Amino acid sequence: MKPPVFDYQDPASVEEALELLARHGAAAKVLAGGQSLMPLLNLRLARPEVVVDINRIDALDYLTEESGWLRVGARVRQRRLEREAEVRRMVPLLTEAVRFVGHPQIRNRGTVCGSLAHADPAAELPAVAVAVGARLVARSRSGVREIPAEEFFTGPLTTALRPDELLAEARFPCTGPDWGWAFLEVSNRHGDYALCAVAAGVRAGDGRIQDARLAYAGAGPVPVRLREAEAALVEHSDLEEGIRAASAEARRVLQPDGDLHASSEFRRHLAAVLTARTVRLAWTRARTRSGGAHA
Amino acid sequence: MATRWLGAPIKRNEDPRLLVGQGLFVDDVQLPGMLHAAVLRSPHAHARIRRIDVRRALEHPDVLLVLTHGDLPPSLREPLPKLIPHPDLKHHKTQYALAPDKVRHVGEPVAFVVATSRYAAEDALELVEVDYEPLPAVVDLEEAAAGRPALVHEDIGTNVAAHSVQRVGDYEAARARADLVVARRFVVDRGCASPIETRGVVAQWDPRARQLTVWDSTQAPIPIRNGLAALFGLAQKDVRVIAPDVGGGFGPKIMMFYPEEVLVPLAAMRLGRPVKWIEDRREHFVATNHERTQIHDAEIALDREGRILGVRTVFLHDAGAYIPYGLIVPIVAECTLPGPYRIPNYHAEFRAVFTNKTIVSPYRGAGRPHGVFVMERLLDLAARELGMDRAEIRRRNFIQPHEFPYDVGLIYQDNAPLVYDSGNYPAALERALEEVGYCRWPEEKARYRAQGRRVGLGFACYVEGSGIGPYEGCRVTVEPSGKVYVATGVGTQGQGHATSLAQVVAEALGVDVGDVHVVTGDTGAFGWGTGTFASRAAVVAGSAVHLAAQAVRQKALQVAASLLEASPEDLELADGRVRVRGAPSRSVSLGEVARAANPLRGVIPAEWEGPGLEATRYFAPPRGTFSHGVHAALVEVDPETATLRFLRYVVVHDCGTVLNPLILDGQIHGGVAQGIGGSFFERLVYDDSGQLLSGSFMDFHIPTAVEIPEVEVIHQETPSPLNPIGAKGAGEGGVIPVPALLAQAIEDALDDLELEILRMPLHPDALFELIQKASRRTP
Ligand SMILES: Cc1cc2nc3c(=O)[nH]c(=O)nc-3n(C[C@H](O)[C@H](O)[C@H](O)COP(=O)(O)OP(=O)(O)OC[C@H]3O[C@@H](n4cnc5c(N)ncnc54)[C@H](O)[C@@H]3O)c2cc1C
Repeated sequence: MKPPVFDYQDPASVEEALELLARHGAAAKVLAGGQSLMPLLNLRLARPEVVVDINRIDALDYLTEESGWLRVGARVRQRRLEREAEVRRMVPLLTEAVRFVGHPQIRNRGTVCGSLAHADPAAELPAVAVAVGARLVARSRSGVREIPAEEFFTGPLTTALRPDELLAEARFPCTGPDWGWAFLEVSNRHGDYALCAVAAGVRAGDGRIQDARLAYAGAGPVPVRLREAEAALVEHSDLEEGIRAASAEARRVLQPDGDLHASSEFRRHLAAVLTARTVRLAWTRARTRSGGAHA
Repeated sequence: MATRWLGAPIKRNEDPRLLVGQGLFVDDVQLPGMLHAAVLRSPHAHARIRRIDVRRALEHPDVLLVLTHGDLPPSLREPLPKLIPHPDLKHHKTQYALAPDKVRHVGEPVAFVVATSRYAAEDALELVEVDYEPLPAVVDLEEAAAGRPALVHEDIGTNVAAHSVQRVGDYEAARARADLVVARRFVVDRGCASPIETRGVVAQWDPRARQLTVWDSTQAPIPIRNGLAALFGLAQKDVRVIAPDVGGGFGPKIMMFYPEEVLVPLAAMRLGRPVKWIEDRREHFVATNHERTQIHDAEIALDREGRILGVRTVFLHDAGAYIPYGLIVPIVAECTLPGPYRIPNYHAEFRAVFTNKTIVSPYRGAGRPHGVFVMERLLDLAARELGMDRAEIRRRNFIQPHEFPYDVGLIYQDNAPLVYDSGNYPAALERALEEVGYCRWPEEKARYRAQGRRVGLGFACYVEGSGIGPYEGCRVTVEPSGKVYVATGVGTQGQGHATSLAQVVAEALGVDVGDVHVVTGDTGAFGWGTGTFASRAAVVAGSAVHLAAQAVRQKALQVAASLLEASPEDLELADGRVRVRGAPSRSVSLGEVARAANPLRGVIPAEWEGPGLEATRYFAPPRGTFSHGVHAALVEVDPETATLRFLRYVVVHDCGTVLNPLILDGQIHGGVAQGIGGSFFERLVYDDSGQLLSGSFMDFHIPTAVEIPEVEVIHQETPSPLNPIGAKGAGEGGVIPVPALLAQAIEDALDDLELEILRMPLHPDALFELIQKASRRTP
């Protein structure tokens, strides 16, 4: 478990990093927290010629709010999402989800953008990005583009990033006031990638769900948002009926692969179960936030 | 005696050093000019090797040596030694240092590369070209037993290595009389130990002194030394094997030989430079022995009152590709199955079968969890059929405290009759049931149910064979500094021997336990012994330590008597001094006694038996000693997600005299954790082509502190009459009954479903399937 020979570069500026990516293209790999890349290197599953380490680039270490968006720079560690109370206020789903990512040791190194760029279909943060409609800022020497989360994830461990692009920032829209969010996951052991995870958000109004978001991890090749299930929640004035319909929709639509940890059938079952549990939780939170505790 | 060290909860002598990172593990050994090795392993489960071309690897500028089978000396071209023969083991096939013409499991060594760094060595592995002709892989155990789809070893014409039968009484006759017979098939799947420190070997050859020194993360340094001396034609005195700090053993580190244990010394001798090989985790999953797959077709025959008339188990044991360790695991399984119960008629029969998988040898429990799983499940099922309480059926069948020694009627793994020495089985069960509130459980459970929670209570009983022979030895030396040095042949892999054995000495000599330094696992310090296995160190080595320490004590009294001009009977040892009882001013330190015992001039009296305050003693137990215990737990099941949470875990544990309850608790906590891991989280899954699918910690899920409950340990002490300290083994009691307990607890939690748990380990997916099927069965 030793990597093959590679060239190592640790630029101090974004420009230098982009220059290196432009020069080496697909032969280069960005090193952020290294929590996924280092195992891949050691197992010789990734064989880049050049590793571009972005850990020296201080300019990428920011977590700020701007015009209703939470902007997370590429060097921000996952642990910061848990530590900064502001994150819970702005994008509560991030705070909820990040505690399911590995263990504190992992999150102390692993970055938010690294998790998104790595695009494991069972990872938590990509599902959050899809659920809230995050926008991912890709930079290369030829410019900047903003990619909606749902278009970013194109397959297992593949994204819309071009080889010369750096995922410089992830932008998460701040939650609206009447929204409640919940994230639940089933894994064999705490800290593992999800057998199935569900991110849910509902907007409460007039004692019912007015708007909803449902996204799933571990339920397909990419994190998926289920608009059919969201619609079911909004259509039914009775919460439990809506939940039943949304769960059935999840079970019907999702086509996860089976593997040694969970059959496709078990994953679909979990998707349905977690749909119900997250929506109930999100609903309770939405009502608390909107101040309306009445029926 | 001023202080009583034996039985005291003393913190471990070894911890300060280990906790600050000052341990010496094999990978910490750094020698000038050291080279690094890597092993090319078979990617196929079963294939013929047509051709190996190492030329490109040899051209790598950093590579110094590439070995394939043909490059080995004649003694290493043969299969490696057979460890433990048995008359029923017809085909004792053992592994090769490097595969000659065929590979028989993924991970089997094919070539060995030595380079200036591990990185370069791994680069060079990619340059070795091997032309394989893949053969059908023998993966499924039942198919394998029938010789399909291929033969792992063609020359023997079968995949069955051994067929063995043991009988007590007449099971068939008992069955014919029975009011109830319950028969089921039970399956226990593969698992592995996963010590924090993987295996590793460093070897250094001094060509002038003709001395070979080997650092090996092994549980059996002395047998390794003896074997290396034989294979390399050296005197045993010229080979020193050191098992320094060992980061966990759990059984698989006693093998003799893993291929690397001979290849690394060979390379060091060929190159005249030290060579290091450290197993990485990916290698560990396929190259370090596994355990556990057994398929039992078992039945129990009872009368109407729930009394056991007989038990039969006919099982298949998956040996893996070779069977160096012989039949220990299946024999221990069949001998552990009867447990604490009177079973007048017993039929145990097994076939040990070759498959194209990693070799199987004992792993903590070593067949015991399998036996206990089968027996406890049979009792649970029988109780259900009889409408009887599951505790009551056990009470009716326990061997009673007055029935010891109790001859089970079988022959155990040490080829001696299986005779339980002592114990109190009913008391242990009652204590455990009381602790978890068994008599109030129906109401308690209903309360949980009312909250929408599914909580089950499970318990399981076991007897653990331990402390078998042949022998261990110990030398105790008091130096003029007053410090006591203890050397014994058993290695230590985290069991705390530097403390528990020191306590035995401190007790005998009246010194502070911190002044007793224990050296284990260095053949240069003590050269006789077998190893740390079968929960025997405290019992066998502990007894040898006791005998040696008592001998030193006698000598200290003798020598001090002449110094103090008193008679030995009037002396006492305390606080590191020998004192005249009742006259505290007349005393002499143990260090002074040591100096007096080794004079530069004068005469040594014959009764001193030689110079110095030193003695060496051996202990050879007549047969094994039998610990026992009961685990009981409350387990919450989420039937929707098929996941579990332990709410309480209680262990009542009887291993005779307790040397150090803190260390014992640690042994049990670790064992329970491993038992839980092996019952619900960790799985070795092979596909049809014999590839291991769960060969990394991403997929092989060792539970963490989040999953493992706090374990409450209650010690019951029924001393063993078979050794001077009354101790019994404690190494495996933590793991043994966990699968049985978990199965019972889950069934209890989900008792409105017709659910039978007959296979271990479970995992969420498997539990989900069981629940789905059961739900469909009951309207
Ligand atoms: C024991 C363990 C448990 C884990 N459990 C979980 C879990 O439960 N859930 C989970 O989601 N993850 C888990 N992870 C993975 C962890 O979250 C990683 O941190 C994350 O997947 C990658 O982030 P990183 O910063 O470490 O990226 P790296 O490992 O440095 O990089 C990962 C990949 O992304 C690319 N990359 C990284 N940053 C950028 C960028 N800014 N622009 C372009 N490409 C980039 C790299 O080139 C590489 O291909 C676990 C990891 C470990 C070791």
